[in-house]
Amino acid sequence: MSDTPVIELRNVDKSFGPIDVLHEISLKVKAGEVLCLLGDNGAGKSTLIKTLAGVHAPTRGEVLVDGQPVKFSGPKDAQNRGIATVHQFGGTYPLMSVGRNFFMGEEPTKGFGPFKVFDRKTANKIAVEEVQKMGITRITDGDRLVGGLSGGERQSLAIARAVYFGARVLILDEPTAALGVKQAAHVLRIVNEAKKRGLAVIFITHQVMHAMTVGDHFAVLIRGAIAADFRKGEKSREEITDLMAGGQNMADLEASIEGYMETHDGHPPKVSAAE
Amino acid sequence: MADTSNNEKSTGGSGFSLLGLLRRPEAGAAAGFILVFIFFSYFGWDKNFLTPLGSSTWLNFASKVGIIAIPVGFLMIAGELDISVGAMIPAGGIVMAMATNQFGMNIWFAVGFTMVVAGMIGWVNGMLVTRTQVPSLIVTLATLFVIAGLNAYLSKQIAGTTQHSVPDAGIVSEFILGDYHSWIIGEGENSFTIFRSLQSSFFIWIVFSIVCFYILHVSPWGNWIFAMGGDQESARNAGIPTNGLKIALFMLSAMAAALVGVTEGVLANSASTTTQFGMIFNSIICVVVGGVLLTGGFGTVTGTFFGTLTFGIVFQGINFTSFDKDLNMLFIGVLLLIAVLMNDTFRKLATNASTKKKG
Ligand SMILES: Nc1ncnc2c1ncn2[C@@H]1O[C@H](COP(=O)(O)OP(=O)(O)OP(=O)(O)O)[C@@H](O)[C@H]1O
Ligand SMILES: [Mg+2]
Repeated sequence: MSDTPVIELRNVDKSFGPIDVLHEISLKVKAGEVLCLLGDNGAGKSTLIKTLAGVHAPTRGEVLVDGQPVKFSGPKDAQNRGIATVHQFGGTYPLMSVGRNFFMGEEPTKGFGPFKVFDRKTANKIAVEEVQKMGITRITDGDRLVGGLSGGERQSLAIARAVYFGARVLILDEPTAALGVKQAAHVLRIVNEAKKRGLAVIFITHQVMHAMTVGDHFAVLIRGAIAADFRKGEKSREEITDLMAGGQNMADLEASIEGYMETHDGHPPKVSAAE
Repeated sequence: MADTSNNEKSTGGSGFSLLGLLRRPEAGAAAGFILVFIFFSYFGWDKNFLTPLGSSTWLNFASKVGIIAIPVGFLMIAGELDISVGAMIPAGGIVMAMATNQFGMNIWFAVGFTMVVAGMIGWVNGMLVTRTQVPSLIVTLATLFVIAGLNAYLSKQIAGTTQHSVPDAGIVSEFILGDYHSWIIGEGENSFTIFRSLQSSFFIWIVFSIVCFYILHVSPWGNWIFAMGGDQESARNAGIPTNGLKIALFMLSAMAAALVGVTEGVLANSASTTTQFGMIFNSIICVVVGGVLLTGGFGTVTGTFFGTLTFGIVFQGINFTSFDKDLNMLFIGVLLLIAVLMNDTFRKLATNASTKKKG
């Protein structure tokens, strides 16, 4: 693979009406590389990846795929270019079957001419296989409704789907948030596998351990701007933790909470220490 | 690595057992239909509930509600409602009447013209709902009155009356849009007798149901309709054209309602501007009795079909029994309550389906 980044943002701003969410974001991800996007709640991570997924159009700046500027006409356009995204919330439809969920928007069909028929057998078979690869071996029936699955099983289904359809770029917004230890490990393994296959991966997490396990490259967002951009090994775990907390010194914060609890009969402080 | 060899039997095997059949989402509606049918067949036997003439009474009634109930059900599955159908039915009739009487169109042009007008009104409904984020209940409640007002006003302005006469449409269009009186069937008693009293709307309903069944359950687009009602945001993120699809569904319901107005006009040779408020509730009742969830994301065309039949029988069937006619509304209310409670149970069964297999 050449050195051209598979996907790149150049000076991207995004605002919703008067609310500015992203400022001057520039990022690149190469093939076979994992970018960890870190930051506090509300920093703009989800908004950033929605811009990459074609959900939002940037207010200013440009998105480049393989070095070529592109304007996604919608999420479908991004998907067709091999960019698959697992969004932070939702992604599954409780009253639909596993097979139909898995292939939402990309339905396999058989039949002739305009009379397309949803190919339920194929859909169910592939969906079950792919979900089992994620370590969810309890799902054996593709006709089963997703509403009967646990939160983590649903999340795994959404990830399995993205892995299956993501040909070039895989974007995961807090994929491990709802997962058990074993499934989280599976996701990290999947990320590594995707990376080996030459995909560019963008991974959002609030867990330092997960970030340090898979990340090659880290970008920290604070209030919609990139506050730090560094490679693996350039910063210590403590430094990364502090950056993820929005620039606060976590060690100080923890110490102050402990001090508070000692003087207040073991009760934590009532107001959050942010700002 | 996980073994996937046991998939085959579990995916292929389900659906044949009785339990599997009961878990189908339309099972509740079908069971309800059978119960109600047996009930009225028994109590209405003496008053010809089951004779060709008798059954055509409730079948004709059901077909008119049914043509509207299916697209209303689509919208409900997609998480929306359409109240404006109550004014679209008379709109269909009077637009066709005026197109033939005042604009001198031939019947087929007039029907086409009516469908275009209805489609445009549906488009406006859809645009208002998708652009403003105002709940469709409110949007279509407003357009219901706007259309009703326009029906009366334009009628008076263009034709000078609110009661239009619809000229005889000729044998072919009578056959397709009206009924079967004059064609094929002779006067005598024979096995086709039922066709003499069945109206064309019944056959339109059957064909329309089959087409809609294909769209919702067989074609890939059905998935998208369910997804919109299940989780609109995720559906949009998955690249499904939620706005366009929703607008198309509003157009479909407006056109279906107008078509019912057209068939009524051709049948009665007259069309009036009277808003059919009752049909709003009737269509929603059929859909809910048919097992479509009010909250969206779940439902079937088959269920709606059975729900409509059930509703038709309960609504008309009381005339065939010795029960007091005043109990009619009470019956329908009870039916609706039972249906809603049953739907809940069946939905739980459906979500838990096959959980037992994991052992
Ligand atoms: N559609 C929108 N309209 C207006 N404001 C929005 C919109 N989407 C996001 N925002 C705002 O943008 C900011 C960043 O939101 P975003 O969801 O990107 O944060 P995040 O970094 O993903 O946070 P978290 O870690 O909690 O997921 C928030 O203040 C949010 O209120
Ligand atoms: Mg987020």
